[in-house]
Amino acid sequence: MLKALQRTYPKAEFIEKSNTLIMDEKDIFNAVQCAYENGGKLLLDITIVDYLDYILPQSSRFALVYIIRHIDFQSSLILKSFLSEPTCLSVCSIYKAADWLERECYDQYGVVFENHPNLNRILNHWQFEGYPLRKDYPITKGQLCTDSVDLMPAMNARLLEKGIVSQDDKGNYSEPNMDLMFINVGPSHPATHGTIRNFCAMDGETLIANVSEIGYLHRGFEKSCENHTYNQIIPYTDRLDYCSATTNNVAFAKTVEEMLGVELPERAITVRVLVMELSRIINHLVCLAAQLVDMGALTNYWYLYNPRESAYTFFSKLTGARLTNSYMRIGGMSYDLYEGYEEDLKQVMKEIEEGVGTALSLVEHNRIFHDRTQNICCVSAEEAIKKGLSGPNLRASGVNYDMRVSNPYYYYDQLDFDVALGSVGDIYDRVMVRFEEITQSLRIMKQLLGNIPDGAICVDNPSIILPEKKDVYGSIEGTMNQFKLIYEGVKVPTAEYYSSIEATNGELGFYIVSNGSGYPHKVKVRAPSFLAMSAYTSMVEGSMLADAVLNLGSINIIAGEMDR
Amino acid sequence: MGVELLGDAVVTTRLDEAVNWARESSLWPFVFGTACCAIEFMSTAASKHDISRFGAEVVRFSPRQADLLIVAGTISYKQAPILKQIYDQMPEPKWVISMGACACSGGFYDNYTTLQGIDEIIPVDVYVAGCPPRPESVLDALMMIQRELQTDTLKKATKKDFKGRLDNA
Repeated sequence: MLKALQRTYPKAEFIEKSNTLIMDEKDIFNAVQCAYENGGKLLLDITIVDYLDYILPQSSRFALVYIIRHIDFQSSLILKSFLSEPTCLSVCSIYKAADWLERECYDQYGVVFENHPNLNRILNHWQFEGYPLRKDYPITKGQLCTDSVDLMPAMNARLLEKGIVSQDDKGNYSEPNMDLMFINVGPSHPATHGTIRNFCAMDGETLIANVSEIGYLHRGFEKSCENHTYNQIIPYTDRLDYCSATTNNVAFAKTVEEMLGVELPERAITVRVLVMELSRIINHLVCLAAQLVDMGALTNYWYLYNPRESAYTFFSKLTGARLTNSYMRIGGMSYDLYEGYEEDLKQVMKEIEEGVGTALSLVEHNRIFHDRTQNICCVSAEEAIKKGLSGPNLRASGVNYDMRVSNPYYYYDQLDFDVALGSVGDIYDRVMVRFEEITQSLRIMKQLLGNIPDGAICVDNPSIILPEKKDVYGSIEGTMNQFKLIYEGVKVPTAEYYSSIEATNGELGFYIVSNGSGYPHKVKVRAPSFLAMSAYTSMVEGSMLADAVLNLGSINIIAGEMDR
Repeated sequence: MGVELLGDAVVTTRLDEAVNWARESSLWPFVFGTACCAIEFMSTAASKHDISRFGAEVVRFSPRQADLLIVAGTISYKQAPILKQIYDQMPEPKWVISMGACACSGGFYDNYTTLQGIDEIIPVDVYVAGCPPRPESVLDALMMIQRELQTDTLKKATKKDFKGRLDNA
């Protein structure tokens, strides 16, 4: 992919450290096309960098960034281009996943994507004025919203695509040529988890067209990051995918550590893998429990939720918090494993095994479960890749892409586990892949338990890790060290860097622009739930309304991560 | 059995007491769950903490059938008019628990997206601290509501004088 691009555009500058190819503004659209044709099938993210007040002079204020992964699922490439004006061409015609990603760039930075089919605000509300992620927008300037947005124009555009309405010369839409009923499912609806609004056009029980509205839980994660030191960001990352908080901690800390160029001690890495796998399990547990409740199978909820409760107790003992753990620090973690953790963890694992076994015995050969999930809302492997799905949702479609195997980080290449794959990408596959991933994660944890190496849990570097309390109170160097690290933060050298891990819902990546200080210039999250939700509409159209509810549960949308 | 014991006697009580006793033991919550706090509410409802011990397990998904609004999670400016509409649709008498730092004050989301406390738009009876609060604190808040409503009278019109930021909009 890179070689082909360099052949076509010999003048483009390649920065090896950040894996970035800098393109000329007029070439960028064709370069993305060229990347796609040369294997770059998976669009990971699109974002804008605002260089106002940046420490190094740049050729213009805004830069457009594409992060693209090759179909071999190993190499990736960042394409970047400076924009003299905040306008560029939309790549929706190349990647389906670009639709919502470009809308987000428009919403947050005011960059206009020409030829985009529906360039409206996505995270902020329709009455919002200005572009909040621009550096000259004050962080605390909130704007009151008095009313929900009217989704009828978006629905008419969708119906026009399907040929159900027509449009006259003045742009007015005709009445639909079939008897449709329009209903809102959400945002305050138990199946939409309080944060998603689906506006559906129904023909009887059949869903003809759907328009999704998100952003109800947009909490300004990225703007907040720019105003906090790297370690202060850790609690914010907890609340992205709040069902598996430590995984987000690791994803963020790992990216910053790679930017700093530090290597963690063996013990730290092993403990990280251990808690990440436990987090993966408890996230799947809550997803499956809620999914089966949506189906009317309430009993499973108790079987699956109670082991999660014991995992909470373990996490409380280890980190001091049940849900939002903030366990990781840049360069290590806050506490070592406590004495007697092994027995506790074994007990938790036993309860998980029992709970999952019982729940499976209730649904595995259950005719109702099969009829309601098999061959419903299928996504083919090709479609799933086009739409930017990742994680269990992508593997359910039979695509063998798990970053723990394809791009092994930490010690995953030395661990023995299988990647769970589905075949047709229906709801059944998505549910069953999660059940199997729980089993595989337990397998990983069993291999780690008893083999955790001794040693430090943090890097030995006073410019990253706080000194011990006896030094803080006992020596002037210790006091100064503590003071500087708290007030100024860990200083990350100037760079632009993307790194990701296999989180519970898929590839969770952070794109960080640092400026040499303790505060990042920009942090962008590559959120798997955001892309999964953008694929939702095409998954459910043509199915029954009750199936659409199940499908929403099966793709495991975590609103904190989707809306950030 | 009671009839045999009391014979022809009539038990008298104040109407307020009888009604409050009934209300106290059967609060029907509407859970406006949006974020992390909603996951902790799931724990509160699950079998270990079991909210049904306090008579409040009949979670309603229609505001018209509920008398206790539990706001669990961050309320953004985009979400605010929806929360206001849900509150307005609940019949009187009604009570509101603001669960967690975000609902109480915006929490650490002091930025352009987040409403700095739901009491800017609807009246709140009990605030629960924590990010997220433990299930025990939610149960504690529930018991505080139960104690508070014992002092209510049928004649009292609740919170009519409250004016939030969205009331004049």
